[in-house]
Formats: sequence, structure tokens, C-alpha cells
Amino acid sequence: MELLIDLVLLAMLALTALRIIFLKDLFAVVMLFSIYSFLSALIFINLDAVDVAFTEAAVGAGISTVLMLGTIAITGRTETPPTKSKLLPLLIVVVTGAALIYGTLDMPPFGHADNPVHEHVAPRYIEESPKEIGLPNMVTSVLASYRGFDTLGETVVVFSAMIGVLSLLRLRKRDADKNPESGIKAHRVLQVIAKIVIPMIILFALYVQFHGDFGPGGGFQAGVIAAAAFILYALVFGLSNVFKVVGPKFLRILAVFGVLLYAGVGVYSMAMGGNFLDYNYLAENPLSGQHYGIILIELGVGITVFAVMLSIFYAFDSQIERANIQ
Amino acid sequence: MSFIADYYNYWIVVFLMMTGFYIVISASNLVKKVVGLNIFQTSVFMLYISMGKVKGGTAPILTEGAAQYSNPLPHVLILTAIVVGVATTAVALSLIVRIKEEYGTVEENEFEKKDDAI
Repeated sequence: MELLIDLVLLAMLALTALRIIFLKDLFAVVMLFSIYSFLSALIFINLDAVDVAFTEAAVGAGISTVLMLGTIAITGRTETPPTKSKLLPLLIVVVTGAALIYGTLDMPPFGHADNPVHEHVAPRYIEESPKEIGLPNMVTSVLASYRGFDTLGETVVVFSAMIGVLSLLRLRKRDADKNPESGIKAHRVLQVIAKIVIPMIILFALYVQFHGDFGPGGGFQAGVIAAAAFILYALVFGLSNVFKVVGPKFLRILAVFGVLLYAGVGVYSMAMGGNFLDYNYLAENPLSGQHYGIILIELGVGITVFAVMLSIFYAFDSQIERANIQ
Repeated sequence: MSFIADYYNYWIVVFLMMTGFYIVISASNLVKKVVGLNIFQTSVFMLYISMGKVKGGTAPILTEGAAQYSNPLPHVLILTAIVVGVATTAVALSLIVRIKEEYGTVEENEFEKKDDAI
């Protein structure tokens, strides 16, 4: 049964990707890409990667789609017909693809328990992490504790992406104030529904944040979901209204605070006599030390991801509003 | 039949990767190129997650009565990669917005005509 679902969903994914090649309407391309992301999230669930599916659904289908729609609102929605021949790209792709397909024949067969990937560190994570870290969700244990240094690096990459976007696109509060009538004022139904849904989204984000140790979830997903609540508010009620709740300057401080909180936990554990990000030294009992450490760094990740995603959206949205005024 | 089932996931991954690659090198619109890059990227995610799957295993969350878990390590790597992916996509899209402001177009074949004007 699992295999059948896998076969069908992957075929649908391939068809969606194939369709994107031929479409000239960029709005349709972005929508199909959103469908593509949702389908991949379903496949991830079928392949037991629940945390990954969660992230893909929130990020790929949510934030990416909004940002791409924002971009085509500025750049226009149709692609001009190409002048170059399609023959050479097709030839390159077919040859590369054939070489890669030939390469897959050397891969270990799908799903066997004795494949090389499952041999080295993975058994240690699966068998020891519930005892060493004390959390049922092994993905959170590996993400926040065993590979904590790596996750710190990823958080810094996300943070520097915000710096990149903000230095490319200007984001000033008074640009939004010039245009207080933005948002979808005419749609009464949307406004009522948004007001009911937004608190629930934020509540769900908090649940995902603090329940990530026990079930699927964690800082990355929670940050994106919380940002989605404010993005919905901005889309329906306008940018100048959402600035009254969380301003762009406050978000910058939040993003820095999240990264510093994460790094601070590492430095503190060094001060307590351990290595950088060694949570065993945070409390008398190593297990509760691990607990404190993971909760704190997940909070740091959540705050940074929330602030970065929302700032990036603000930058795009204020760009659109400036384009509308001119 | 088992030969197909053993390699089907990898073949779809290669197909998706090549679809993304084709869009990147053949599309002239920059936004569509970014969509192509994202498809390419998702195919890599799919490869990692497919490798982590164990037949008959469950999601790597400790439950009673589960004999076999899928490999949690690829999940961790891909989870962070997705978030970093959207951050880099945002940088790419904001570059596109700036290109539109400077050149008035995001079509690759139209820049070539404008090159003299710089």
C-alpha cells in the first residue's frame, strides 16, 4: 500500500514539474510550484519524514509562494516567447539525465534496512538518543544537540539572507505610511475570517514550538507558521496596520536576539566547563541540562526564523506598494 | 517488478532534477529560472529522504511497539536545508526585483539588446 501511494504521488510530482516547463503564464507557474511543494510534503510523510514534510508545507507552499507572487506583481506575469533554439538545452538535459540514470543502478536498492546510509551514525542516534538526550523525537535530538553546531550555522545563514534582502530592497516605515489604504479593504468575508484564523495560527505556532521535542515540529517550523499569521494580517489589512503591531526595526532586533540566544547558550555551556553547545553542563543532571539547552536554542531558532521571514515579506510588500504609488 | 520498485524513486529524482535543470537553462524569464532552481533543489531533498526510508519502519519518534525506525539523519539535514533554501530564494527574488528596477525587464533575451546602454 505504502509503495502504491509512493508510485502515484511521485508520478503526479513528475507531471506537475513537466507542466511548469510549458506554461508561459507566471501566475500559473507559481501556483503549480505551490502544488508541487504540497505534493512533496505528502511524499515526505509517506517516506516517514514527518518533520521535513511539516517544514516543506509551511515554507515551500506558504512563504515561497507569497514571495514569488510578490515578485511577479512587480515584474509582470507573462514570459516572452524565447528567441533561442530549445534543441541544445534538451540535448544537454537528456545526456546528463541518461548518465545519472545509469549512475542510479549503482545505488543501493530503495528501502533496505542494510543499506550503507543506515550503518554508521544512524543506529547510534536511534538507539542511544532517547537515553542520552531524553527526547522521543530523534530528529529534534540530532538537530538541536548532536548537530547543534551545524544548526547554529544554518540559523546564521538565514540571518544573513535577511541582511542581503534588506540591503537590496529598501524597507522604510514611512513608505508604508504614505499608503494607508493598502490591503483588501473591500472583502468583508476575508477580514472576518482572517480575524478568527490569525489567533489560531499563532496558538498553533506556539504549540509546534514547544511540542517539537515530543512530536513533529520545532523552531524552524514554528517561526515560519508564526510569520504566516502576520503575513495574512498584512495582506488583508495592509502594511501600515501590521507595522503598528510589529515594526521592521523591532524585527531586526528580534532576529539578532535569536542568533545571540543560540550562541549564548553555547558560550554559557563553555563557561560551565563543557564544550561549545554541550548542554550536559547546563544543569546538575545531564538529562535536564539537555532539556534546558534544547528548549532555549529551539526558541532562538524560532525567533530568528520568524523575524527573518517576516522582514523579507515586509521588504517585498513595501516594494510593491512603492511600485503602486509611482 | 522488484527491480522497478527498487529504483523508481531515484529515477523520478533524476527526472525532476533534469526538469529543473532544463527550466534553468531554457527559460528566459528570471522568475521562472528561480522556480526551476527550486524544483532542482526539491529533487535533491527527495533523494536524501528516499535514502533514509527503511521498509516497514516508522517515523523516527520513539513509540512503543515500533521495531524499526527510518533514518533520522537525512531528515535533519533536509529540514534545515529547506529553510535555508527559502532564505536564498528570497535573496534571488529581491535581486530580480532590483534588476527590474534598473533595466525595466526580467527577460534574459531583452537584456542582451540593452547591454550597449549601460
